[in-house]
Amino acid sequence: MNTTDLVIDVTGITKLFGDKTVVNAIDLQVKRGEIYGFLGPNGSGKTTFIRMLCGLLTPDAGTGTCLGYDVRNQQPEIKRHVGYMTQRFSYYEDLSIRENLDFIARIYAVTDRASAVQNSLECLGLANRSHQLAGQLSGGWKQRLALAACLIHSPQLLLLDEPTAGVDPKARREFWDEIHRLAADGLTVLITTHYMDEAERCHRLAYIAYGNLLARGTLDEVLASARLTTWTVTGPALPALAENLRSRDGVEQVVAFGNTLHLSGRDPAKLAAAVATVRDSRYDWKQTRSTMEDVFISLMDQAKDNFK
Amino acid sequence: MNRFAFHRFWAIVLKEFIQMKRDRVTFAMMIGIPLMQLMLFGFAINSDPRHLPTAIRAADQGPFARTLVQALRTSDYFQIVHEAETETETQRLLQLGDVQFVINIPEDFSRKLLRGERPTVLVEADATDPAATGPALAAVNTLASSIFNRDLPGPLARLQAKAGPVDFRIHAHYNPENITQYNVVPGLMGVVLTLTMVVITALAITRERERGTMENLLATPVRPFEVMAGKILPYIAVGYIQVTLILVAARCLFGVPMVGSLPLLYAVALFFIAANLAMGITCSTLAKNQLQAVQMAVFFFLPSILLTGFMFPFRGMPEWAQAVGSCLPNTHFLRIVRGILLKGNGPLEIAPELWPLLLFLVVAMAVGLKRYRRTLD
Repeated sequence: MNTTDLVIDVTGITKLFGDKTVVNAIDLQVKRGEIYGFLGPNGSGKTTFIRMLCGLLTPDAGTGTCLGYDVRNQQPEIKRHVGYMTQRFSYYEDLSIRENLDFIARIYAVTDRASAVQNSLECLGLANRSHQLAGQLSGGWKQRLALAACLIHSPQLLLLDEPTAGVDPKARREFWDEIHRLAADGLTVLITTHYMDEAERCHRLAYIAYGNLLARGTLDEVLASARLTTWTVTGPALPALAENLRSRDGVEQVVAFGNTLHLSGRDPAKLAAAVATVRDSRYDWKQTRSTMEDVFISLMDQAKDNFK
Repeated sequence: MNRFAFHRFWAIVLKEFIQMKRDRVTFAMMIGIPLMQLMLFGFAINSDPRHLPTAIRAADQGPFARTLVQALRTSDYFQIVHEAETETETQRLLQLGDVQFVINIPEDFSRKLLRGERPTVLVEADATDPAATGPALAAVNTLASSIFNRDLPGPLARLQAKAGPVDFRIHAHYNPENITQYNVVPGLMGVVLTLTMVVITALAITRERERGTMENLLATPVRPFEVMAGKILPYIAVGYIQVTLILVAARCLFGVPMVGSLPLLYAVALFFIAANLAMGITCSTLAKNQLQAVQMAVFFFLPSILLTGFMFPFRGMPEWAQAVGSCLPNTHFLRIVRGILLKGNGPLEIAPELWPLLLFLVVAMAVGLKRYRRTLD
């Protein structure tokens, strides 16, 4: 194993499907023990990028290492030390929970397989249901089984592709607590998600759209780099106000959050001018910090303009 | 580091066994299909049909005509179901398919026979199905040369059939009584194995892809050859169960002779089973979904029945069809099975049929491996 602190270190990673560029020259560095969030709309190339990191696909261009192994020609070594959790549940539904874990443990030649499987079952809290078929589990339990299965060979890097899609909030919170525990023990985690609250639980983020990496850094850095100004307003007849504002110059987003409207734009002066035209005593206007979602939508709109 | 690892291969084998055990219906089919085919083909197919419905239009009722009719009856091939009066009647019977043959004995039959004028007996056959009429027509010819000898004593002996200038002696080796089952039942072994082995494994990899488990499998260090070999091994066991079922039935139900060495047959069966499994896996890597995989398997199965010498004589086919047939593993396996069981062939005699089997196995495996690698990229 290499001693450098960069678990993932790739530059210019590109993948084409036919003549369509799915991943366009992405650079990414991830440090050991970091939880790195990967955000982006559907079809933005997140899954393809992850598949290149774990050795399922070969990049068409670009170089780099994953766990110190070359992503272009040392894929078997990478596969040995990476845990990859696919977007869709991809363990055997006609095998029991124990049989699935045992199968994966055999594939990775885990030492002392029996106790590894037993430990994993107990951590999962499934020891007494270990003979249940995986296909009979609910979405949340399937996700926990999948996580347990990709941890059974003690990987050094965990690649999670939308692990919490369709999982209830409590199970999601437990899942994230577990991820933080693992990261504290030195495991590196790259995770893709659509949920903004999850983005805020990552150490660092990258935003990818249409194959291009648009923003990266800590949460604050990403928020700042969007250079977005946001106003909130409360008061009467908000739907009419929203319609009125939507057409104004400098107003890029008007979103209703319950009894509040969020107004965002990249040009603070134009936005302030727009606000001034409709401002009166019935409304309570405040300038606030942009949320991750505001930034997310803004980045997505820009990406559409730039790459479509 | 990248070489074959037994523990990964074994993990796949165990997983396949568990899945096979869980899928009761498929498992029952794997045993049920050979039994059903054995019953249907073994008892139903007969390439030497007898007791065919026949109409007689006898214009002459003399003793010679009666001898002729009697001889036809005892030959087993003809069952006289109609005594017709007119030609229109016989034509109608043929047209309706009520009779397969019409035998017309002319009114001057006895007179001409006694005068040595070689009377003509017209045998009309419904030859829409040549296989049904062929053996019976062949029997008619041999009848003519022998039936009247007893009725033509003394001075009439000069009318007896004369021997030809050459005496052909026929020894029908290996199956002198021309029993169809001796040919069909051993052949069924190849057909049953082709059908079940190819279909089952054709589904193997497509199913993994459809259920999404393939992506996971590819993300692990497991190598393509380990997956293929691991998926093949459990079904070799199934194949051997089928071979045993068929052999037991051949022996006990059909009394098929087993002259050669059964251990040799079991050993050769391994290559044939593996060749079919490799073919199935190759279909599996080519198909996009399970339906396509099954269709490909059927596409392979039909020539394996029709062009291999299972149903129709191999040497009766045109050159190109023989060439196609020679590429199919079943062609060679059929010759091996029949050779071992009926003729008592040993390793030396079957060697010319064995290497094409091995070649097929290697090619199918290589194509499958090559295709498997590209499943995600």
